[in-house]
Amino acid sequence: MTTLPDKTERKLGLVIDLDTCVGCHACVISCKGWNTENYGSPLADVDAYGENPVGTFLNRVHSYEVTPDEGTSQLVHFPKSCLHCEDAPCVTVCPTGASYKRSEDGIVLVNESDCIGCGLCAWACPYGAREMDGVEKVMKKCTLCVDRIYNENLEPEDQIPSCVRTCPAGARHFGDFNDPESHVNKLVLERGGMDLMPEQQTKPVNKYLPPRPKDTLGEIDILAPLLKPVAEKPDTFIGWLNKQLDKI
Amino acid sequence: MHPSPSVIIFTALSGLGFGLLVFLGLKMPDVTGVLAFIFFVIGFGLAVGGLISSTFHLGRPERSLKAFKQWRSSWLSREAIAAVFTLSVMAVYAIGRIFFDYDIRILGVAGAIMSIVTVFTTSMIYAQLKSIPRWNTKLTPAYFLSLSLAGGALLAGQIKFCLLLLLISGIIQLLVWIKGDRALALSGTTIESGTGLGTIGRVRAFEPPHTGTNYLLKEFVHIVGRKHSAKLRIIALILMIGTPILLLSLSFSYFLAALSVISHIAGLFISRWLFFAEAEHVVGLYYGKR
Repeated sequence: MTTLPDKTERKLGLVIDLDTCVGCHACVISCKGWNTENYGSPLADVDAYGENPVGTFLNRVHSYEVTPDEGTSQLVHFPKSCLHCEDAPCVTVCPTGASYKRSEDGIVLVNESDCIGCGLCAWACPYGAREMDGVEKVMKKCTLCVDRIYNENLEPEDQIPSCVRTCPAGARHFGDFNDPESHVNKLVLERGGMDLMPEQQTKPVNKYLPPRPKDTLGEIDILAPLLKPVAEKPDTFIGWLNKQLDKI
Repeated sequence: MHPSPSVIIFTALSGLGFGLLVFLGLKMPDVTGVLAFIFFVIGFGLAVGGLISSTFHLGRPERSLKAFKQWRSSWLSREAIAAVFTLSVMAVYAIGRIFFDYDIRILGVAGAIMSIVTVFTTSMIYAQLKSIPRWNTKLTPAYFLSLSLAGGALLAGQIKFCLLLLLISGIIQLLVWIKGDRALALSGTTIESGTGLGTIGRVRAFEPPHTGTNYLLKEFVHIVGRKHSAKLRIIALILMIGTPILLLSLSFSYFLAALSVISHIAGLFISRWLFFAEAEHVVGLYYGKR
């Protein structure tokens, strides 16, 4: 059914910390790797070694320059994948029911064998979270690694989305937003987690933590220590040599 | 948006076809036998041809029958059902008119109403998309419906209706362009709201996520065509609205009518090309493009 559930039992999603993301793209690669080898059709690359390589990715990292009215600009790395919206516009437009939002955990998924590849869901998504696979011609999107998070064959620490497991900076967090005690909810509260494009009224589940204000050092002359002589009264061989040379 | 030929052909031709079926269902012109056959063949040919063209847009056309399932939420599904239902009703009506000189009035009227409903469902596929502010307006159904009916009246030879409907279509087309040019700015969606970084300062796309292109850029960011949009708008308006009004006001001859039809369809294709090529998807903002 492409009508949306009124409420989901759990509300699984990600918190992405723009303050700590270093823009290494490791999440992009681990996502591509996991989702090519596991659930659903592989994420295709077309013309991978040719002139115009084009690939399907479920997660991409943009980089933005942010310039305040006063002060210097800063660079913010910005990972973007499906936000598993509560009012997901991509789901309701689907004519076949291939796109659906699960009532048990809120994950938005595509049943690939029902997808006719019309592309309308990608048109409806304001975030560019869905990409048509160049080979399979069906719509691909983030599954929140549904084949990891419930997979009891994996070690407990691996039962989280691949991007979260991989992130070396700890910039990605996974959890249940319906649970007030979950660490994702706490992060959102502490750090002022925000929605992307709130005016599009999609009610995204994933939240972004804004970069924290940069701390500043007090007024100091950082060169000052370097101007002082290393030794006032040198008594080593170098000191003796220095004295002799001065005499010449 | 990428102006894909299959979708331009689909919306333009099926709009004309269903427009003609509206008038045929209302016995304008009141034709039977061979003449009715010709009219219905044109109407069905355009409507069905357009629908077939739309399947070329699909990645997996062999599964297209599944598209009839989700009418509760999906305008695309509603359109598929409305189109098939309308064509079925009109087919029974047409058989009566062509072979038996018999007028099943209720089917004619129902078919005419359903034809309008079908064009409306087509327009709502685009009008429902908040992600494309230029389309997300009541003007989109008005634009599709007015042109469908004007083209239908032209094909059906209903000159008085046609002149009036062309005039209305022209006004709506102008409104679509004037309001459309401001739609993205008025939508409130910006690179700042998209990244949530607007509270810190102005945001500029510094580095894209990839060195090549991708599906999103190919499908949603079409900048090349917009360069000539001002010229193309004028050409579209002259061919689609101006020329037919002028020719049909002169005097009636089959030659002038045929010329009007050709001019109108050529203009319609340009107008529909612009409809797609000029539409900005907000995802372009993430790439610093519109």
